[in-house]
Amino acid sequence: MSILWNLFIIFFKIGLFTFGGGYAMIPLLSAELVKKKKWITDEELMDFYSIGQCTPGIIAVNVATFVGYRLKHIAGAVSATVGMVAPSLIIIMAIANVVGFYMENKYVAHAFAGIRVVVIALIFDVVLGMWKKAVDSWFQGIIFFLSLLALTWMSVSPITVVLSALALRLLIRS
Amino acid sequence: MGVYTLLFFEFFKIGLFAVGGGLVTVPFLFDLSTRYPWFDSEQLVNMIAVSESSPGPLGVNMATYAGFKTAGVFGALTATAGLVLPSLIIIIIIAALLDKFRQTDVFQHLMYAVRPAVIALIVNAGIELGVLTLTNTASAVLCIIFWGAVHYFKQHPIWYIIAGGILGILFEL
Repeated sequence: MSILWNLFIIFFKIGLFTFGGGYAMIPLLSAELVKKKKWITDEELMDFYSIGQCTPGIIAVNVATFVGYRLKHIAGAVSATVGMVAPSLIIIMAIANVVGFYMENKYVAHAFAGIRVVVIALIFDVVLGMWKKAVDSWFQGIIFFLSLLALTWMSVSPITVVLSALALRLLIRS
Repeated sequence: MGVYTLLFFEFFKIGLFAVGGGLVTVPFLFDLSTRYPWFDSEQLVNMIAVSESSPGPLGVNMATYAGFKTAGVFGALTATAGLVLPSLIIIIIIAALLDKFRQTDVFQHLMYAVRPAVIALIVNAGIELGVLTLTNTASAVLCIIFWGAVHYFKQHPIWYIIAGGILGILFEL
């Protein structure tokens, strides 16, 4: 299989099983791209997220474009992005005319409640796996703690958090 | 301007100015609902609900839904293409630059401080989803059991997601 086709299929799969936004996608990206294909590292994945968070557009699309470009330049970026977006297009168009029925269907609601529970477990397991690669010193521990505090208690926006970490690094050179 | 051109440009603008993705697109869509007869604010609320209960990125789902409701399949395609195109162009430029700089000490030096912040972002996303979802004992217990299974069996996330959907129906979560 060519890399372009591979990129399309992998991101189609990721788009199809991403429930709950850009960050819910991380367990899938890590499993497919880092562990299975070994195309990128966990560190690169984190870097893509930090940049994707601070640039315009949807994070999921930004990360897909990054990964695609890394592997096959512009053609790769386009295949990964089209793959990521295709399941949404198909599914939303399929349910658009039966929205009322879809939203009131109790099986759909229960299934999604169950999926969200799993996504939380998956997210925290990914954090455990990435922890040592990102938080390995006092300095990094403090940045993690301050960032989390800012996000949860002070509702600081994610972009501000990323940029503040950058600023802190420039201020404290070690 | 035809409806397709309008859809494309309006969603291109959202893709260009909505930094941070997801729910950041909501105020922009609300603005659209006041300026065009495409959808009203009540339909917008429905759109958000649908997007949250279907796979895929929220912003893309919303563009597809709005485009489809306004001008059918081609409406959905143009709105989504408009939304995605700015990201595609901007990220390709950044990725090309990144290829030159990612091995440099300066870049690694900066990322050393940014990576823990990204971990905090991921934890925060987990907490936000948890507050919304783990509202009863059954969900909380199931989450812990799933985490154990994820950690020890190390299967592909897709299997757990499918299992979660099935158990959600069986236990009526």
